[in-house]
Amino acid sequence: MFDLTGKTALVTGASGGIGGAIAAALHAAGATVALSGTREGPLHDLAATLGERAHVVPANLSEPEAAAGLIKDAAGAMGSVDILVNNAGITRDNLFMRMSDEEWAQVLEVNLTSVFRLSRAALRGMMKARWGRIVNITSVVGATGNPGQGNYAAAKAGLVGMSKSLAYEVASRGITVNCVAPGFIATAMTDKLTPDQKGKILGQIPAGRMGAPEEIAAAVLYLSSPEAGYVTGATLHVNGGMAMV
Amino acid sequence: MSDIADRVKKIVVEHLGVEEDKVVESASFIDDLGADSLDTVELVMAFEEEFGIEIPDDAAETIQTVGDAVTFIKGAV
Repeated sequence: MFDLTGKTALVTGASGGIGGAIAAALHAAGATVALSGTREGPLHDLAATLGERAHVVPANLSEPEAAAGLIKDAAGAMGSVDILVNNAGITRDNLFMRMSDEEWAQVLEVNLTSVFRLSRAALRGMMKARWGRIVNITSVVGATGNPGQGNYAAAKAGLVGMSKSLAYEVASRGITVNCVAPGFIATAMTDKLTPDQKGKILGQIPAGRMGAPEEIAAAVLYLSSPEAGYVTGATLHVNGGMAMV
Repeated sequence: MSDIADRVKKIVVEHLGVEEDKVVESASFIDDLGADSLDTVELVMAFEEEFGIEIPDDAAETIQTVGDAVTFIKGAV
């Protein structure tokens, strides 16, 4: 339905379940994709599966200089970065009273500050092209909070405010900035949960099941498409009804 | 008219979509030529590319008029 032929997309965190699905969906719609992440093995595997129009651009976003370098690498490989999907994220869960400065800082650095830096670097090309899409992957916990995730929830909620502010600034240039907020999605991370933990989670989800990475990817595909040109500053919640915000 | 001034004017005309005769040295981008703050950022970016120079943020803030831009670029190239 959505055609991204001729568009170029950089997806961070593409070595993970959700990021991989996002890259695959954009690629299937015709986009050229640059796959970024810290683990090169899975990135090359994904690029090999996708075939043509797929590039691997590794980066460690916990390093401050990595963001500008990554945009440069991606633009070098693809010619431009029309679509930026900020999906990379880490968790360092801990009860608030026990959370170290380091656990706080690491999560803010990767999940919020690196998105600021990547977006800033990518905007130059988008402004010149008078077209751009920035899609930030947040989380249901950014809206609801979650015990043990004070740092993660703060970063994700921070992305929402940042996205709205940027959306204001660049709307007149054909650039949209939106968020997709996943609920519980079945990935390697949630596979580690015990049946008891899973049961408790499912009890809070009206849909009665976890989401699939492809269901997040579909939301990203829509927001990346020309058809979504009038949608900006929005957060699309994809959570099976877990939080209707 | 120096070559630099002509090239600056051309960029301003193209970017802001204003009449060429309004782009005089004393014209303020924001007050006279209808630029918004984002336009001024884009103009600075365009100057940087056209002339192959770096315009630091504190210098960019002082570039308010067409003449300011020409003077700065003449000193930087």
